[in-house]
Formats: sequence, structure tokens, C-alpha cells
Amino acid sequence: MDDSQPTLDRADDAYATGDDAPFQSPVSAEAVRETTREATATAAIAAARATRGGRFRHILPSRSGKLITGVVIVGLITLFGIFGPMIAQPPRDSSNEALQPPSAEHWLGTTKLGYDVFSQLAWGTQGSLFIGLVAGLVALFLAVVFGVFAGYFGGVLDEVLTLFTNIVLVIPGLPVVMVIAAYVQTAEGLGPLARSSLLVALVLGITGWAGSAVVLRAQARSLRTREYVAAARVAGEKPGRIIFVEILPNLVPLLAAQFIFGVIFAVLGEAGLSYLGLGPTGSITLGTMLNDAQTGQAVGTGAWWWFVPPGLIIAALGAGLSLINFAIDEVVNPKLRLAPENAKRQRRAAKAGKGVADTGAFA
Amino acid sequence: MSFYLRRVAFYLVTLWAAISLNFLLPRLLPGDPAAIMLGKLRRASGGRPLSEETIEAITSILGAGKDMSLWDQYVAYWGRLLQGDLGVSSTRYPASVADLIAAALPWTIILVGVATVISFVLGIIVGAWVGWRRGTALDHLVPVTTVFQSIPYFWLALVLVAVFSVQLGWFPIVGGYDVFEFPAGPELSWAFVGSAIYHAILPAITIVLSSVGGWLLGMRNMMVSTMSEDYVVTAEAKGLTPRRVRTKYASRNAAIPSLAGFGIALGFVVAGSIVMEQVFSYPGIGKLMIQAVQGLDYALMQGVFLVITLTVLAANFFMDLIYGFIDPRVRHNG
Repeated sequence: MDDSQPTLDRADDAYATGDDAPFQSPVSAEAVRETTREATATAAIAAARATRGGRFRHILPSRSGKLITGVVIVGLITLFGIFGPMIAQPPRDSSNEALQPPSAEHWLGTTKLGYDVFSQLAWGTQGSLFIGLVAGLVALFLAVVFGVFAGYFGGVLDEVLTLFTNIVLVIPGLPVVMVIAAYVQTAEGLGPLARSSLLVALVLGITGWAGSAVVLRAQARSLRTREYVAAARVAGEKPGRIIFVEILPNLVPLLAAQFIFGVIFAVLGEAGLSYLGLGPTGSITLGTMLNDAQTGQAVGTGAWWWFVPPGLIIAALGAGLSLINFAIDEVVNPKLRLAPENAKRQRRAAKAGKGVADTGAFA
Repeated sequence: MSFYLRRVAFYLVTLWAAISLNFLLPRLLPGDPAAIMLGKLRRASGGRPLSEETIEAITSILGAGKDMSLWDQYVAYWGRLLQGDLGVSSTRYPASVADLIAAALPWTIILVGVATVISFVLGIIVGAWVGWRRGTALDHLVPVTTVFQSIPYFWLALVLVAVFSVQLGWFPIVGGYDVFEFPAGPELSWAFVGSAIYHAILPAITIVLSSVGGWLLGMRNMMVSTMSEDYVVTAEAKGLTPRRVRTKYASRNAAIPSLAGFGIALGFVVAGSIVMEQVFSYPGIGKLMIQAVQGLDYALMQGVFLVITLTVLAANFFMDLIYGFIDPRVRHNG
């Protein structure tokens, strides 16, 4: 549907001019608008259908190339995290020989305590994904509350929420998480929650929402001034309904992008925290694996199979998620996609000798 | 002028919030860190009773039980802070927290500062170039940088140590300087500076490699957007040289958001290098923080957290002032 976007925008413009037409009675203006809208919408859909395989086809591969690569990487890692633990041996089975390099029996070798690295990796991926998802959702929720509400309502509420957001934004996150983790470590009142994955995820979520809130606020502020929101307000819709029915659906690409950022932030944060020995104690994550490798002198003894795979999974997961974010970015900001395409087309035309300059800013 | 006043006010409020957070956390979270800390100090001093003054310092930092109202504690806390009294460390008893921080801070500031500036300049220059050559094979650099961005700092450090220090033996494995050559600690001599630089190369490479991707990508995307602005088309139509269009018209405007994001990104760099210092056993503030957290040395931990926050705030404030100077729009309607 993206290809039809410009057409729809133009339809909106026509619609807006219709509003100002002075000598029409409201009813007929409404009717005209309705027809124009229908007509342009049909035209837009037709155009979209026509162009899908035609004129704009060359846009699709590069754009969906990133998307597909990203989805495949993230999908594979997710599947590994879900099904890996089912097929691998128990992750804390120390009956294997210690510090074995990769072999047919142990695909990724064993640790100093004889744990199978492949099995640890499967469980660790699951643990890290869980923390990433929970923290991402918590952060997204907070970002919506602080960003969208501030942007939509404006005024004093906006001032207060934005001030709070900016404060959280400039106070460095990881040190706060470390301090909280250190206090919680010794607390007795928390029971089974103390130092569980869930608590680590919550702490990461609570410290990682501010950047998203800034982005969402800016967009919500701009959406607030659109005609359809004004129309909804005039029609007497309640603010809650306007936010959830009119504004949030238009923020979906941004929300998705911010959620992905949240997940990356949380997975990286968890890895750092666990590496320092402040992560969840009960469960295995990629970070706790790296912590074990550190205390087991994996680097000094050259046991690369112990500390390389967890980092690779984290890097691949982060890269895959970022690729998905790029694809979203290019949908949200068409300049990013169209400008390189135009430059490429112009260069090709110049090469074919079509009388286009082949030097300068646009070649 | 009101722009600068507003910024000053914002940073004062943030400073107040950070210090209050530091005050509230040990008091509101369950558990009794003051009692744990005092127990540790007693053990560190060899079972001798602690002086009244030490006990008072610790309770005013970490919470003083029920006999003192929260407000009185808050006032006492501020009083101590303004005198620069951050308490006594239990892991390095009897060193004072302030002394430990003063010894560690220059290491981190120089390392992270230099590495960040290198990474920023490199990212902006390469990003501008990649954005300029949009639509060519250079676009493939973009996904590659994201991989680097997603690598945890400390893991990259582990790999670099494993390859260049353990396998090849090119660089030292741990430390900020050669402790055998300079057993008395840091001194002011060329030999010492040389040793410090030699030890800082791998940590600096780690920071540059993992943070340059973000700058590069941001700059490239802004450059691509800027290149389709009308004034760039005009500049091109006027017949200005491509070099002039690139440097004076496109890059300058495209770099503004990167500058605006500098302060916030710095928070990530600081966070990343805290964990990285553990890998290299670098004698900086991050190592100190980790030591404090692992040894449950709450007084040291609070002090280090405060100093890290202060440093990041100061850097942000500084960048804000520069930003207001570079982009007059934010002064008038920001």
C-alpha cells in the first residue's frame, strides 16, 4: 500500500480545500467530499495494484531484502530459543568431560564444569529472549504513557511528563540498573522474585523507555493537529478513545520500531548485567554464560567455543532486529528509500548517455 | 538568553533528581544496606569498634533506621554531600570514597573521552560520504555497521583480548599501565605515559568499533534526507562544485541531529565502557563501580554512581550549549 501513499496525500489536500469552499451548503460539501474521497481511494487502490508489478517494482527487492534477512535471522534465533532446549541435553549436566573443544558429540564443546555449550546456548537464548520481550513490552508501555499522552494533551501535563522523560533520558541507565540490582540482591522482602529473570526484565524495562517516549511524543504532537483528530474531537469523542482509536493505529510503525529498540537494549543490558554477576541467578541467559566463561578463565585458556557463541547470538539477534527496524524506517521516512533509488536511476541514465549530468551532487 | 537559563534550570532539576534517587533507593528498597555496610566495615577494620564519625557517615548515606525522620535524613545527606564527604569504602578500607574516585576518574575520562571523539568524527565523516554516495555499493555498509552496533562492548573486548593479547601477544592482557615497571603507582614521566597509552589501545579500539556504527548510520540517514532538500538542489543548480555542496550545504545541516544526540549517546558509551573496564581490569571508574557492587560496598557504589551521573550531565550540558550556538533555532523555539 505504500506505493499509493502520495496519491492518498493528494486526496487529503483536495479534501482540505473542499473545507474552505465558501458558497457550498454543508450538506452538499459533505457529499462532494464523500465522492471525492471514494473516487481517489478507488484510484489509489487501482494504482497500487497496477504498480505492484510495474513501475515501482525495482523498489521492492532492496527494501524487502533487509526485512526478509532480518526476519529470517530473528526467526531462526527465536526457533532455536523455543525448540533448542527440547532437543539438547540438560544444560547443567556435568557428567561430560570438561573443556572439550567442539566435536561430533558436543557440537560446541563443553565448559570447565563439563556443561554442554550447545545446550547452555539453547537455554541461554531462551532466557535472554524472555527478558528482552518482557523488558521491551514494559518499556513500550511506559513510552506510550509518557510520550503519547504528553504529546496529545499538551499543556502542563506535557511539561511535567516531558521533564520527567528528559531526566530519565540523561541519567545513564546501566549504572542505575547496577545500583538497583546491588540493593535488591540483599533484600529479603522480595521472596522468589529477588534476582529472577522477571525482576531483571522489569528493571531493564523501567530504565529503558525514555528515548522511545521522546520519539512518540514528537509524532503524537504532529498527529494531534491533523484534521481527522480534530473531527473526532468535534464529534465529541473522549480523549481516551481518540488516543487509542485515532492516534495509536497511526503510530504502529513507530511503536514497532521502538519496541524493537527496547528489546535490543534489554538483551544487551541483560548481557552486561549478568556478565558482571548481577543478572538472574536461577536461570541461564547468554549473559550468565559469558559470566561463567569469565570466571572460568575461558579467554586465558583459549576456550573460544565457550565465550564466542553467546556473543555471536546477541550480535546476530541485534543485527536482525535492526534490519527489521531499517525496513520500518524506510516505510516511515520514504526519503530514505526513494533518494538512493533516484540517485541510482540517474546514474544509470547518465551511463546510458541520456543527456543527464553524471557529476555533481545527484550522481 | 532564556534558552541558556532554561537549560541551566533543567540540569539543576536533573541533578537534584539524580541525587534524590541516590538518597531514596537504599531507603525505599527492601533490605538494610546500612547494617550490611557497617558489618563489612567492622570486619575490614579487624573487629575494632568503628568511630562515631564513620557510623554517622554511613547512616547518613544509606539510611538510619526508624529514629530519624526521612526529611531530617535528607537534610543530613545533602549536608554531607556538599562537604564532599562520600563515606569510607569497605572493600578498600580505610580509603575514603572520594579519594578512590579521584584516583580512578582521570583514567576513564581520558580513555572514554578520546575514544568517543575519534568515533564521533570518524562516524560523521564516513557517514557523510556514504550518504553522499547513496544508491551505490556503499549502501551495503549500513547493515554491516548494525552488526557492530549490536555487539556487546565487553564481548568484543573479550574477543580482542583473546586474539591480540593471548594469541598474538601484541598487547597487554590487563591493567592501565605496567604495574611491574611502575610499582609505586602512576607518576609523571614519558615512560609512564607511553605505558598508559600502550595499555589503552585495545580498550579504545573496543569503544570506537562498537560506537562508530551508530554515528555513521545516523549521519548517513540524515545526509540522504538532507540531499533531497530544495536548497541542495538549488546549490547544485547554481553550479557549485560537488565538494562545496557536500561540505558547506549538506553535511553541515545533516550533522546537527548527530550533535544533538551526542549527549544521550554518551550515556550508552559510558555504560558500555563500565562493563568493558572489567574485561581489561582497567583502573577506571567502571572497574571501581563493579568492585563496589560485587563487594556490596554501598558507600563506594553510591559515590561512583553520583560521579558518573555528574560527569554525564556535565557533558550533556556542555553539548547543549554548543548545540545552542550551532543551531540558533533551538535558542528561539526549542
